[in-house]
Amino acid sequence: MSKKEVPEANASSCADIAFTLLIFFLVATTMSTDTGLSRLLPPIVPETEETPPPVKERNVFQVSINYKNDLLVEGEWMTDIRQLRGRAKEFIANPADADNLPEKQETEVPFFGTYRVSKGVISLQNDRGSEYQAYLTVQNELQAAYNELRDELAKEKFKKPFEDCSSEEQDAIKKIYPQRISEAEPKNYKK
Amino acid sequence: MAKFRKNGKGGQQKLNTSSLPDIVFTLLFFFMVATSMKEVTLIVKIKSPEATEVTKLEQKSLVSYIYVGQPSNTRKFGTEPRIQLNDSYQTVDDIQNYILQERENMKESDRPKMTVSIKADAQVQMGTITDIKQALRKAQALKISYSARKAIKK
Repeated sequence: MSKKEVPEANASSCADIAFTLLIFFLVATTMSTDTGLSRLLPPIVPETEETPPPVKERNVFQVSINYKNDLLVEGEWMTDIRQLRGRAKEFIANPADADNLPEKQETEVPFFGTYRVSKGVISLQNDRGSEYQAYLTVQNELQAAYNELRDELAKEKFKKPFEDCSSEEQDAIKKIYPQRISEAEPKNYKK
Repeated sequence: MAKFRKNGKGGQQKLNTSSLPDIVFTLLFFFMVATSMKEVTLIVKIKSPEATEVTKLEQKSLVSYIYVGQPSNTRKFGTEPRIQLNDSYQTVDDIQNYILQERENMKESDRPKMTVSIKADAQVQMGTITDIKQALRKAQALKISYSARKAIKK
């Protein structure tokens, strides 16, 4: 008895079809995912509302950029941007409870109990003529200051970097170091 | 006769290509999963600024883009930075409408999570960006992201 073989479908064109599809996807898609610095804009304050109570001088960390991309931090010119991160960290954490650095308010935080959370706000002001790259570098340094502080706290408390913490732990740390970067209304120093 | 032909040197052995479709399909699936469709054709030149603390923007469906930069065709449109929404040059005043439209296209549950990514050239002056930010505030699109490339940490 002879075995009857099932006739096989010719699959030689299968590769061609798949190649065509592959090339289409290669051309039509992009690999890169978008990365960036996330920020939350303040909502527009209705004009009828009363102006909010002024924030105390010691609670504000004033950073300004002028049209020549120079940096003014708390009234002093800063030539090296790398100093900014250290200054910002010192301002946010206020480890020595200095008089000229922000006040602290006792707050209930999970995992930590009562914790004295700083009331500091970083105010970033820029001229219309400053460059986007300069602005973003400053934003980046401020973000880095917050990230480093959070990371240090996470390592101290949970013995692991901030990224590896659970979302509850991250929320607790975020409550202690809330990211408060205020982008003030723009000023035009020089036309 | 047939016997002779079989042993002859003339016929080259055929390469077995039956696994080729499988390999190609694997590649194909990889690309289908790992990539996303190109959003628009850029008509402005953008060289993203660099930053070290960037975060990834998850869920592309929630993100709308605003492009700012010099027109690609400087001879026709000049060198002044322009705003690109969808596929054409627009002005700051059009941003509100654009945001409204983008919001309409989203699922109702996703609308509060909408993020606007500002993709601007590193050389652009902040004036333009500030105008965009003000327009976004007016349009109630408060979650934004300054698009930047990841720089190597020093």
